[in-house]
Amino acid sequence: MHRFTRLFIDLDATTRTSEKLTALENYFRSVPPEDGVWALTLLVGKRPRRAISHTEMRRIASERSGIPLWLIAECHDAAGDLSETLALILPESDRCSLRPLHRVFSEWLTPLRNADEPSRALLLNEAWDELDTRQRLVFHKLISGSFRVGVQRRLVVRALANITALDPAIIEHRLNAPWKPTPDDYRRILSPHEHDSDPAAPYPFFLATPIRPSANDPITDDLRWLEHHLADPSDWLAEWKWDGIRAQLIHRPSLTMLWSRGEEHITDAFPELRALGALLPDNTVLDGEIVAWSDQDRPLPFSDLQRRLNRKQRDLMLFDDIPIRFLAYDLLELEGRDLREAPTADRRARLQNICARLASEQHLGVSPTIDFASWEDLAEQRAASRARAVEGIMLKRKSAPYRSGRARGDWWKWKIDPYTIDAVLIYAQRGSGRRASLFTDYTFALWDNGELVPFTKAYSGLSDAEIREVDDFIRKHTTGRQGPIRMVEPRLVFEIGFEGLRESDRHRAGIALRFPRMLRRRTDKSPDQADTLETLRALLHHSRTD
Amino acid sequence: MTADLVVSTDRGLYCPLADIHIDPWRAVDRAIITHAHADHARPGSKTYLCTPESEPILRIRLGKDINIQTLPYNQPLLHNDIRIMLHPAGHVLGSAQVLLEPLGPHARTHRSCCISGDYKTTPDPTCTPFEPVRCEHFITESTFGLPIYRWPDPRIVFDDINAWWHNNQTRSLTSIIYTYALGKAQRLLAGLDPAIGPILVHGAIDRLLPPYRDAGVQLPPTERATADNAKASRGRAMVIAPPSAAGSPWLKKFGKHSDAFASGWMQIRGTRRRRSIDRGFVLSDHADWPGLLSAIEATGASRIGITHGVVTPLARYLREEKSLDAYPISTRFEGEVDDTPETDPATD
Ligand SMILES: [Zn+2]
Repeated sequence: MHRFTRLFIDLDATTRTSEKLTALENYFRSVPPEDGVWALTLLVGKRPRRAISHTEMRRIASERSGIPLWLIAECHDAAGDLSETLALILPESDRCSLRPLHRVFSEWLTPLRNADEPSRALLLNEAWDELDTRQRLVFHKLISGSFRVGVQRRLVVRALANITALDPAIIEHRLNAPWKPTPDDYRRILSPHEHDSDPAAPYPFFLATPIRPSANDPITDDLRWLEHHLADPSDWLAEWKWDGIRAQLIHRPSLTMLWSRGEEHITDAFPELRALGALLPDNTVLDGEIVAWSDQDRPLPFSDLQRRLNRKQRDLMLFDDIPIRFLAYDLLELEGRDLREAPTADRRARLQNICARLASEQHLGVSPTIDFASWEDLAEQRAASRARAVEGIMLKRKSAPYRSGRARGDWWKWKIDPYTIDAVLIYAQRGSGRRASLFTDYTFALWDNGELVPFTKAYSGLSDAEIREVDDFIRKHTTGRQGPIRMVEPRLVFEIGFEGLRESDRHRAGIALRFPRMLRRRTDKSPDQADTLETLRALLHHSRTD
Repeated sequence: MTADLVVSTDRGLYCPLADIHIDPWRAVDRAIITHAHADHARPGSKTYLCTPESEPILRIRLGKDINIQTLPYNQPLLHNDIRIMLHPAGHVLGSAQVLLEPLGPHARTHRSCCISGDYKTTPDPTCTPFEPVRCEHFITESTFGLPIYRWPDPRIVFDDINAWWHNNQTRSLTSIIYTYALGKAQRLLAGLDPAIGPILVHGAIDRLLPPYRDAGVQLPPTERATADNAKASRGRAMVIAPPSAAGSPWLKKFGKHSDAFASGWMQIRGTRRRRSIDRGFVLSDHADWPGLLSAIEATGASRIGITHGVVTPLARYLREEKSLDAYPISTRFEGEVDDTPETDPATD
C-alpha cells in the first residue's frame, strides 16, 4: 500500500507528463508482480466496484473521530471530496502500512463487499488503525468505487515499454488481450521477449487521418491538398471507405476471434464470420470492415448492422434478414508471421492470394482497390460514393508498413459529406399492414422565415420501441385532423438522412429528396434549433457543383 | 450579570469603556493593532498601539509618519480603568493577542477579554511563540476552523521544500515559491538550506526583510531579484515571490522553472489543482483545528466570539460539543490573508 500510495501522490502532485512517466517507471520497476498487476488494473483496467456506501463511511468515521455528521458535511463542502475529507478528519496515526496492495484487495476490499454492517465497521476500523492519512485517502477511493487518477492509458503503456525496452505497440497488444490480476499475467505483459503476446489479442489498429485535417489549413481545395501532400498518385493505393464496423479477424488453430476497433470482442454477434476462420490458414490475422450486405451486392446502411450488434438475445430471423460480409483490406499476420513491417502493396498482394481461394465464400470479400490515373480521376470516382453507399475513399501509401494508432502520413481518408438535416415532425398518418394501428408515416418541416414548411415524408429508420413512443406522443399532441392526417404539435426533432436531392415543382419546398429516412431522434434539440429551408437549398447548390 | 468589555461595531471590535478599537477597518481615534497584515492594519487612524517589533513593519505598510505608541509583550498599560496587555500570538513578527481587563468599578460588571488576532500554535523561529492567555471572553480567529485542517510538522515540510529545490536543480529548473509577503515569506526563508543555492526575493518581500533582520531573526543571505542575478542563477536559484507575481511577465527572467505555493490551503488537493502549480506545500501561519481547540480551552473562557474565517461551524461545534457560549462575529475581511490580493505595490 505504501508504494502504491506514493505513486498515487506523485501522479496527483504534478501536471507534467515527464514527471508522471518517471513516477510510473519507478513504481513498475520496483513493484513485485502480485502487486504490480493490481496497480495496472487500477490504472488501465476496471475500477473496483463500490464496496461500501458514502453514508455508511461517513457514519463510521463520525463514530471513530467524534466529529458530528453535520461538521463532516461542512468539511466535505470545503474539501469537495469525501474520501479526502474522511482521511483528513480521522484521528492521526503515525503508522504507515506496509501491507502489499494485493492483500489490500484480498483481505479488505473483497471481505468488505461481502460483510454485514457490523463487520464492515470492524474492517474499516482495522484498516484505519493500520493506514496513514494518505493511505487512507487512496483506500477510501478504492472502497467507495471512486478511484481515479490523472494518467492516460497511453502514458502507462509508454512507461511499461520503457522499462521492458519493447515497442509500445507490443505492450498495447498484450494489454488488449484478456488478462486477470494474477502475477503470471503481469509477468507475461511485462515479459521482455517480444513474442510473449497473447495469441487471441488484436494488433493495435492503424487509423486513418482525414485529408485537410485542419479547418485552418491554408489549402482549402481537396485536389490541391492531395497534389501538395500526397504528390504522385502512383505511390498510393485507393479503396472505398465502407460504412461498417472496423474489425480484426484472428484465426488460431483452436479459435477464431473478431475484435472491433474499440478492442471489444464481438465474435458472438457474427457466427458466420467465426465459421470463416476455419477456411483461413492457421495463425492468420485480417484487418477489414464488417458491412451489412444486400443481395444486390452492395452495402446496406450502418443502422442495419447496428441492429445486429445491439440484439441481446440472438434472433435467427434477423440474421437471415441482414446478411453481412467481412471486407478484408489488410493482412497483418500470415501463418504465424507478423507482416506489419512489410510494405502495404506486398501485404495487399498476399491478401488477394488468400482470398482468391475463397472467392465463392459469400461472407468474405476483399475490399477492391480503385484504379485511378490522376487525383482528378479519383475525385470523379469519389463523386459516385453515395451511389455505391460508401463513405468516400481511403488512401494508403504503397510503401508504408502497418503502423499503430493515429500515426499520420500513410493512411488518409477522403470522406464525402453526409446528407443530413434536422427537421421537425408536423403531420402523421397511420401505417399499413402490421403497423396499421400505429402512426408510422411522418411529414417533416424546416424553418423558412419563421414558419415551418413541410419538405419531406419519411417512413423508416426507427425501432419498434421508438415508433411506439412517437405514436404515443402523436396521440397526446394532436392539434387537428384532415382526413387520415393528424396535425401534431411541432415539438419533436429528427435527423433526416438522404441519398441525394433535386429541384421539384411538385413539392411545396421546391426540393425533392432521394431515399429520405429517419436517422435518429434529436432529443438534444428543441424545435427552434431545427434546420432551415435555406440550409437545404445550399445542399442542393453544392450537389450541382460537386 | 457581567457585560462584554469588547463588542462588535461597523468599524470592527471596540472597547467602549476604553474608547479603543482593535484592528478597526476604518479610521478611528485609538487603534490597537494585533499585527501588520492588511486585513488587520488599516490606514487613517489618529494613534496606533502595537508591539515594538510590529512598529517598523506598520510604518512600511501604513506610512512612515503615522502616530505609533509601542507596548512590549507582557507589560501592562492602564487606560480609563482598563488594563491593556499584549501577549505573543506566534503568527508573524510582533503579532500580539490583546488582553483587556476591567479594573476598579468595572471589575464587577465586565468580563476580561482577549482578542487573539491571527495566531498559530506550531513552532516558528521568526517570531515569539504563542502564549495561551487566561480570560473570561476570548475572541478567536477561525481561518482554518474545520477538522480537515491539521498541519504536518513544519520540519517535514521544510525538508520537502529543500528536497524539491534540490531536485529542480538536477533538472536545471529555477524554483519559485509563491507565498504571502509578510510573515510566511520570512518563515520560509528561515527554513531554507542556503547551501543548496542562491536565494532571490521579490521586491515586495525584500522591503519587509530589514525589520526581521533588525529584530535579530536569523535569515539566510538573500538578494532582491534583478534581471542580472536572475539570469546568472537560472536553474539553481530559489525565488520567493508574492502570489500576485504568478503568471506575470516578472517571471520571464528566471527561465525554465517549477513553481509551488506555500499555504494552509494546500492541505486540500482541489485547491492545489485549481492553482495549477507544480507543488503545494502545507505551511500556515494560522492555527489548525487542534490548535484552535487547544488555544480556546487554555484560555478557560466560557464566552467565545468567532471571527475571521469559518465562523458558523466553529461556533456551533463549541456550543454543541463543548457547551461554551460561542457566537459568530461577522467581519468585513473574510478569508485567509494568503488568499487576499497582495496589497503591497509590486515594486519590481
Ligand atoms: Zn494575519
